Amino acid sequence: MDYFAQQLINGLVLGSIYGLIAIGYTMVYGIVGMINFAHGDVFMIGGFIALITFLILVSFGLTAIPVILLVVLLVSMAITALYGWTIERIAYRPLRHSFRLAPMLSAIGMSFVLTNYSQVAQGARVKPIPPFITGGYTLHESTDGFVIQLSNIQIMVVMTTIVLLAIFTWLVSRTRLGRDMRACEQDQTMAALLGVDVDRTISMTFVIGAALAAVAGLMYLLYYGLVDFFMGFVAGIKAFTAAVLGGIGSLPGAMLGGLAIGLIETFWSAYFSVEYKDVAAFSILIVVLIFMPTGLLGRPEVEKV
Amino acid sequence: MTAKPAKGISFLLKTAFINALVALVLFSLMVGIRTEAGSDGQLTYMTRFGELASLVGIVFGGSIVIELLRQWIGPTGTEKLVPPAIQSGMSFVGRYLAPALLIFTLLVPVIFYNQRYILDLAILVLTYVMLGWGLNVVVGLAGLLDLGYVAFYAVGAYSYALLATNFGWSFWVCLPLAGILAAFWGVLLGFPVLRLRGDYLAIVTLAFGEIIRLVIINWQSLTGGPNGVPGIPRPTFFGIPLDNSDDGLAAKLGIEYSSTHRIIFLFYLILALALLTNWVTIRLRRLPIGRAWEALREDEVACRALGINTTTTKLTAFATGAMFGGFAGAFFATRQGFISPESFTFQESALVLAIVVLGGMGSQLGVALAALAMIGGFELFRGLETYRMLVFGMAMVLIMIWRPRGLIGHRAPTVYLTKAQAISSDLVKEGHG
Repeated sequence: MDYFAQQLINGLVLGSIYGLIAIGYTMVYGIVGMINFAHGDVFMIGGFIALITFLILVSFGLTAIPVILLVVLLVSMAITALYGWTIERIAYRPLRHSFRLAPMLSAIGMSFVLTNYSQVAQGARVKPIPPFITGGYTLHESTDGFVIQLSNIQIMVVMTTIVLLAIFTWLVSRTRLGRDMRACEQDQTMAALLGVDVDRTISMTFVIGAALAAVAGLMYLLYYGLVDFFMGFVAGIKAFTAAVLGGIGSLPGAMLGGLAIGLIETFWSAYFSVEYKDVAAFSILIVVLIFMPTGLLGRPEVEKV
Repeated sequence: MTAKPAKGISFLLKTAFINALVALVLFSLMVGIRTEAGSDGQLTYMTRFGELASLVGIVFGGSIVIELLRQWIGPTGTEKLVPPAIQSGMSFVGRYLAPALLIFTLLVPVIFYNQRYILDLAILVLTYVMLGWGLNVVVGLAGLLDLGYVAFYAVGAYSYALLATNFGWSFWVCLPLAGILAAFWGVLLGFPVLRLRGDYLAIVTLAFGEIIRLVIINWQSLTGGPNGVPGIPRPTFFGIPLDNSDDGLAAKLGIEYSSTHRIIFLFYLILALALLTNWVTIRLRRLPIGRAWEALREDEVACRALGINTTTTKLTAFATGAMFGGFAGAFFATRQGFISPESFTFQESALVLAIVVLGGMGSQLGVALAALAMIGGFELFRGLETYRMLVFGMAMVLIMIWRPRGLIGHRAPTVYLTKAQAISSDLVKEGHG
């Protein structure tokens, strides 16, 4: 039971990170109707920028942890958001009225560009950082000595996710931008006729998605203590799986799917085999799509002729 | 796009300046700072402002050049009139290019007999031509986006490798088996994805490809895991080995043995396999099933309304494509003599897909030329291993923007109404209307 509780905590933390990435996928799919294949790599870039900012701040002799965290968070969100904007501008906008496969292939190309760009720029080795946020709480200690740990970093990851989700939900449901986004999702032509700047709205969607991915990158860096240039690929597919599981286009669905994938992966590793955890996650993607093509919270797609 | 008046120098400089500023922010940390693990395992960093400055400078200069080019070429989307002389010249080239290429390919071993490097490269190109033609059945003809094609390549390669090393079966027995097994896996993948379309299909095939690779890595007792399968037997000339022994082909024919013989044999083997793929595809296109594939690509709903069984249509497309992938895999295994999961990553799938798309989905000649251009281009960057994929990715993005329908041209359906009616493309987009 204790082991189960510990895995539950770990799974929720991992799921939060996946959820943050999945939101980027689901938002873009909802509005533009394409899989932003490069989104996993945007997450990786976010992790790298957080790492570099962190290193610079520490070398300047800054020691106050909250200040460092805040600066790293803001810098990585800002620069990664600019990456998201640039990618949309260069690789997707010219293809918006092209045939269906074109943006997808362009996105695959962009994903290669980003992966290899960071490999060329920062080297292929894994970049570790020393444990930064330490300590935690012992929730429960059983008679046979198994301890349920809840570390500060885990609390931080989950709290940040909840706060960001709250801000994000407010943004989508209450602001002008959110209204524009929902309008574009329903009908771009009509939205444009009614005075919504579609290009700007789509750009902002990419910016917000990239900023959330940057937060996920920072969380990943703090939680696992390392980044490498290839981490975006697998994380990206899993986050996409999460988005599909939750019902692509649905924002709460993305978070729910992220948590589900995080839990499934953690429990699979804990009770079955670590080697096949990715196989389990991908198999779930296939099974979900067979039996529930619209995901958990998605709307059924009506096909008109 | 509305025609804008020619813009002044101030506009040029302003655009370039903004682009350079964006580049400065983008590259500031990723390029300007280099992280490196020190001797004590701690990360340290050093600055590279020189590189950063030159990159920003390149972006500044580049955006001026692009903007000038854009003004010079004029607004996009306008039809350019090609002089009839050039048009007829193009159609002349188009008619004789394929036979000329085929004759040249047949003569490659004769012309480059002593140049091992070129022969090896030609074999590699032909392997990708074959993979491209195989995937073309799925993507180009049936319009099903498959991002996991490398899985079938892997199934074919491992089928041959394991059957040959464990049971000592000959290449010619294993080749059809590898194809059949790959086709079987194609059907297996086909079943769950029957109901999916477009992007979902892409991601499921991608997941499938990854599953196959992960299983190969982790099922160590069968596949040797990351260490791969060594010592795969070389192909024989229908039972006669191509080696220096007394039973070898060279000894039987009474000519002096040379290691080039095997290379040339491999060359003609893959050429024959590729041409088989091409021939079968062209023949299938004229059969009802081929027509059904093309109809499925154009409009799935209309297909169903006309009573075409989309289930069998999709499954046969997957199986046929997978079978050719399996043949290519078996050839790959016998040529390399060693296979490991590293050869079957997503990058391979993307490369083959890029070849098909660049070739203009559906065009057989286009795919062959695209394979030549891609693999040849890859060879140019051989010395710059790390930059290779970077350039490949950039090329993919740029070509999508520049010629989204492929470099060579795009294959129209084989059967169509002779009198075409002009309707807006908005009306015929998938899932709309």
